[in-house]
Amino acid sequence: MFDINLFALFGQLLIGLINGSFYALLALGLAIIFGLLKVINFSQGALYMLGAFGAWMGLNYLGISYWWALFLVPLAVGAIGILCERFLIRPIANEDHLYSLLLTFGVALVLQGLFTHWYGSSGLPYAIPDELKGGFRLPFMYLPTYRAWIIVVSLAVCLGTWLLIEKTKLGAYLRAGTENPQLMQAFGINVPLIVTLTYGFGVALAGFAGVLAAPVYSVSPEMGSNILIVVFAIVVIGGMGSIGGAIATGLGMGVVEGLTKYFYPEASNTVIFLVMVLVLLTKPAGLFGKEA
Amino acid sequence: MTAMMNIQSSREKLRVADLHAYYGESHILHGIDLTLNQGELITLLGRNGSGRSTTLRAIMNMVDRRTGSIVVNGEETINMPSHRIAHLGMGFCPEERGIFASLNVEENLMLPPEVRSDGMSVEEIYDMFPNLAERRKSQGTRLSGGEQQMLAMARILRTGANILLLDEITEGLAPVIVQKLAEVLLQLKERGLTIILVEQNFRFAAPIADRHYLMEHGHIVEEIKADELEAKTELLNTYLGV
Repeated sequence: MFDINLFALFGQLLIGLINGSFYALLALGLAIIFGLLKVINFSQGALYMLGAFGAWMGLNYLGISYWWALFLVPLAVGAIGILCERFLIRPIANEDHLYSLLLTFGVALVLQGLFTHWYGSSGLPYAIPDELKGGFRLPFMYLPTYRAWIIVVSLAVCLGTWLLIEKTKLGAYLRAGTENPQLMQAFGINVPLIVTLTYGFGVALAGFAGVLAAPVYSVSPEMGSNILIVVFAIVVIGGMGSIGGAIATGLGMGVVEGLTKYFYPEASNTVIFLVMVLVLLTKPAGLFGKEA
Repeated sequence: MTAMMNIQSSREKLRVADLHAYYGESHILHGIDLTLNQGELITLLGRNGSGRSTTLRAIMNMVDRRTGSIVVNGEETINMPSHRIAHLGMGFCPEERGIFASLNVEENLMLPPEVRSDGMSVEEIYDMFPNLAERRKSQGTRLSGGEQQMLAMARILRTGANILLLDEITEGLAPVIVQKLAEVLLQLKERGLTIILVEQNFRFAAPIADRHYLMEHGHIVEEIKADELEAKTELLNTYLGV
């Protein structure tokens, strides 16, 4: 037990941080959408998958490079999200939120089904861009450049989003809208527009994560549904609707998962759910959530 | 004749006619008619549940459904979404004050967009409400009840709104703060603002109001001008149960 193989430990820690980066990006999008729309967006995983396929299709059909994809695909996914919100979610916005949950679940199944039909379920390769090939030899481990890039860029996006929400006027609209959208609209703020843009932004984050994931995970129709279950557990642990909580918990749970893989690999697939159960038993609103 | 009518109508800031309002299946307002002229301060009096707050919320289109006619500055608003009504110069201060807990005092103050160009500057507002200046970085809901009420008022004064809908602004406040609010309202009247006040505290409202509308069961049952108050005290007592 005390015979710790640092090389292996750091390797697992790195994998944990990378998974955690994706968890954080996806959980952040879910938290923003839930906060303002009160919609539990089950299509977040499918839109992440769409982001990865978007990068693959862009490269293979249109010759769009990874760097352009990183910028264009989130915009496209965001645009699809905006259409979804405007024409599918809004008409049932005044119904019980269970309906929108089922709707987004349906959207996820349709997207996954379409891509399975078109591309099969085996997964497609997407090469790491030349600029990010290679790696650094550190004292305890070998750090591939692309993996470092994932951690740095997703942290930057999470931090940027957090600053946008906590420190800007637009963020104040989002925070106030989360509390009392009706009053905010009576002050003259176009709340329906903000709702649409927020949904677009939240799913664009998933699209961005998808592009980022394409070179490290194989691009497959199931990639979204696999990760989404874990991300939901993370959102529950962090507290529904808490922006900072979603980011911190996403990264933290990635690390916990990585460490478990080193110390007790058999539990690595379940450890997050174990934490979720413990949190639900002791602090039902989540680690960072406010008690109702 | 036409010129005179124009003068008449330009003094008229708000005309509500046959307003019905609903929350879900509940029919709350049953045909409200009222008018509000430039620079006037009117009150809606009545018992709890008589429909006074709903009247304000219906004017802002914050009810589930409304019918009738609500003309603001000559423009029909019955089919307008709430945010466009605000931009006609309306400022709404809700009964529960509506201070946002996730925003600090300054963010709360700066949240509503300007709806007209001649609103009070932040300096003027902090002069009028010095407590807010001191606590500008505090979380909005950490303020005392009186300070939250000042913030809720200050917030709509900054936007330049010139028709104010104020719902129970003295509720639960200490007499000295109620006194301060009365002074603020008189200052606002001097500035030419037009105000509808929903008020439980009749002694607060009586000396500053030009007219009173008495409501019961979602109807307006009586309109009382300031100089008729004494003559109609008995009627008021019957309806208000004071």
